[in-house]
Amino acid sequence: MIENGKTEFRLEMRDVVKTFPGVRALDRVQFCLKPGTVHALVGENGAGKSTLMKCVFGIYKMDEGEIIYEGKKVDISDPMMALKMGIAMVHQELQPITERSVAENIYVGRYPMKKLLGFIPVVDHETMWKNTKKLLDDVRMKFDPKQRLGDLSVSQMQSVEIAKAISADCRVLILDEPTSSLTYHEVQALFDIISELKAKGVSIVYISHKMDEILRISDEVTIMRDGQYIGTWEARELTIDMIITRMVGRELKDLYPAKHNTPGEVIFEVKDFTSINPRSFRHVSFRLRKGEILGIGGLVGAQRTELMEGIFGIRAHKAGTIAYDGNTIHISRPRDAIQKGIALLTEDRRATGIFSVLSVSDNVSIASLDQYLKYRRFLNDRKIKQLVDDNVAKLSIKTPSNKTLIQSLSGGNQQKVLVSRWLANDPDILIMDEPTRGIDVGAKYEIYSIIASLAASGKSIIMISSEMGELIGMSDRIVVMCDGRLTGIVEGSGATQENIMSLATQFT
Amino acid sequence: MQNNAARHLKVDWKRSRQFMMNNIIVILILLFAVFVWTQRTNFISATNIRNLFGNTAIRFIIALGVSGCLITRGTDLSAGRTAGFAACLTAVFMQQQNYSQRIIKNMPEFIQNFADSSINAYILCVLIIVLVISALIGVINGTVVSRLKVPPFIATLGMQTLVYGMGLVIFGAQPIGSFHPEYLNVYTGYFGKDQLTQAIAAAQETGGGNLGFLNVLNDTARLFGYPALIALLVGVVMWFLYNKMRHGKYMYAIGGNEIAAEVSGVNVTKSKTLIYMLAAMLYGLCGFLLASKSAGANIGTTGFGYELEAIAGCTIGGVSVSGGIGRISGILIGVLVFEVLKIGLQFMGVKSDWTYVVQGIVIIVAVALDIRKYLRKK
Repeated sequence: MIENGKTEFRLEMRDVVKTFPGVRALDRVQFCLKPGTVHALVGENGAGKSTLMKCVFGIYKMDEGEIIYEGKKVDISDPMMALKMGIAMVHQELQPITERSVAENIYVGRYPMKKLLGFIPVVDHETMWKNTKKLLDDVRMKFDPKQRLGDLSVSQMQSVEIAKAISADCRVLILDEPTSSLTYHEVQALFDIISELKAKGVSIVYISHKMDEILRISDEVTIMRDGQYIGTWEARELTIDMIITRMVGRELKDLYPAKHNTPGEVIFEVKDFTSINPRSFRHVSFRLRKGEILGIGGLVGAQRTELMEGIFGIRAHKAGTIAYDGNTIHISRPRDAIQKGIALLTEDRRATGIFSVLSVSDNVSIASLDQYLKYRRFLNDRKIKQLVDDNVAKLSIKTPSNKTLIQSLSGGNQQKVLVSRWLANDPDILIMDEPTRGIDVGAKYEIYSIIASLAASGKSIIMISSEMGELIGMSDRIVVMCDGRLTGIVEGSGATQENIMSLATQFT
Repeated sequence: MQNNAARHLKVDWKRSRQFMMNNIIVILILLFAVFVWTQRTNFISATNIRNLFGNTAIRFIIALGVSGCLITRGTDLSAGRTAGFAACLTAVFMQQQNYSQRIIKNMPEFIQNFADSSINAYILCVLIIVLVISALIGVINGTVVSRLKVPPFIATLGMQTLVYGMGLVIFGAQPIGSFHPEYLNVYTGYFGKDQLTQAIAAAQETGGGNLGFLNVLNDTARLFGYPALIALLVGVVMWFLYNKMRHGKYMYAIGGNEIAAEVSGVNVTKSKTLIYMLAAMLYGLCGFLLASKSAGANIGTTGFGYELEAIAGCTIGGVSVSGGIGRISGILIGVLVFEVLKIGLQFMGVKSDWTYVVQGIVIIVAVALDIRKYLRKK
């Protein structure tokens, strides 16, 4: 443990308390950041990492506690003030203005100005483009500053966001899960940038769930749990297990549950599936067996989500067939797929999954109301309650009641609600797109257990995942995609990070 | 112990403050109503209350229609004009045969005979025709919104003008009046009106002892005219639809997250079309009652501006313009309170021109407060 008070800190937070209605999000949290270091901030979802940093950046106002920045007690009331003081933050959720250029996105709100005819203030586009070019060169990104931001991939947009934060010429840079949608090479580039900034004396706060990254780049690690400060350690003293144990507050013996499924005959076959969008999935063929867990691996942008949404009827395809139990079926909208016994747990829980203003009960039952009618027309409230109660118990969903709004549940519990929405339909094929994204370690294990037991009961699972460990740990076979094409199918037993990675980067 | 008690008190205080903030407009308007009552004692009189219920009934029905659109993050600006169109349509069928200024000079013989032989069945038939034609307008709205993906604001604004134009073409700009007395009775009538009137007359003649009781009974029944009863019935049906049927669940789901609803297998296009259709049918019913109420209809003024009052009533009553939230009971309270405000202003002698100004302010404030609630939750 590092003793406070001896070192000169760039940023020091003492006894920070922040409460939201019903939750004490931060409970006397300490945080000390040294100049020119990378300081990792870790904890499960809901531990309060982002909240703490939002207090620094002036998005939230602390209830109690103080911030000492470069030796002076400060009161940061809004992000503008934080930026002026030299504190920059890259947020977990990007807010890109997709219709405008890269340069405008970087300089939004602080456009370089010039005077036309000596008195009319106008935006100085030439300077803006020139400066942007220089900034992008600094971070080794080769985009045209005039390019429309929406034309970039998500990971490139994230790089632009990082360039924007760096452009503020900051002394403290907060990165909130910056690599969540970056490709392998982009992560390497980001780490290079981080070490350069560090050498220049910039202090970096690095929030991440990826343990290997944390141990690789950070000097110090602060661990939080349930809004409380657990401690700060030198990164070289720590191992992944030690971090996880302190994050979770208990030992996690196995990362993945034992599987008892035995894949049977082929139940589902996709042939030559091709999108109407030439840049998306094309000529994809694969088979799915009964009771099998089929992993889908690949880099971000490999069009895995698009392929699954195409199969499910959310996106259009121009060629290819789907056979179910040997018969060709046609799916043109999600309803068709659901009727055939296919379910899709979408990737972006908040955007396409939950109904945030509705109750847990409504969120569970919405896709299966047809089965819970009386007199063929009216909802059978008693049976719906039974369904919800059963699922809450079976998947151990932690909720105060069925009537609680889903938005007040944690990410892991929201995900379990969504899983039970689909289980209520009793599908034969369950497609899960990044089923454990953004949920904490404990809840991940529970989701894995659900997947394993579903497969054991004869359901077929397709699981898209960007986490290598999870892909290898859970799948019977792994389909790897790159740039919209299927580049290989790996048997689960013989899968290694290396052979998946080489297939995933075949066309890059 | 004491500390505990203090904490409880604190929590309660916090909660009640929250409640006050969430219902600030309702509370302020009710306070205003009490103030009006202290100044003008006849503010709470049988006639005024009957008037209040009648006005509220009509606006509640139209607000119920708009609520479905609001809950699915849409809106319906054609509500008022559709009601006006329906009122005029009802009116031309309800004009007395011997009235020289009839719009339809030569009503086919069989229709005249039908009206003469069984006027009540005739009125019902006209209502059904009005509902069907309104439904048609609603289906067009719903299709444009859900299939062509035109933003509801624009789609229904277009329909507003379109319906008004069609009304001018068909009915002309002149007022349409001189209705069958049976049709006028739809608004003025109430349960047991004839029997009670006869009984009171008989009691007066004989000087019977139960005259006082009969008068009280009559006054009470008179408070709740047919429109209030119809509105109540529609309210119950809509509550059932919103809470006990798939349609309602789908509606809230679409408002909460349209993409998630689509992915969950909800037929969003069908649901939205149904919502706009049902809404327009309610505007039709509203128009049918409106013409009876004012004993006349005029495409220029009948129903004008009702959509905004409906949106105001819904918003005051807790229907969120950000979608997915809204209760029937809230809508009733919202509409009632808004009507109390209008009548209160009238009683205080505020010129009707100014009431529009106040209404506009209340609408903007109501939506601003609603958005604030939403932001706070974020």
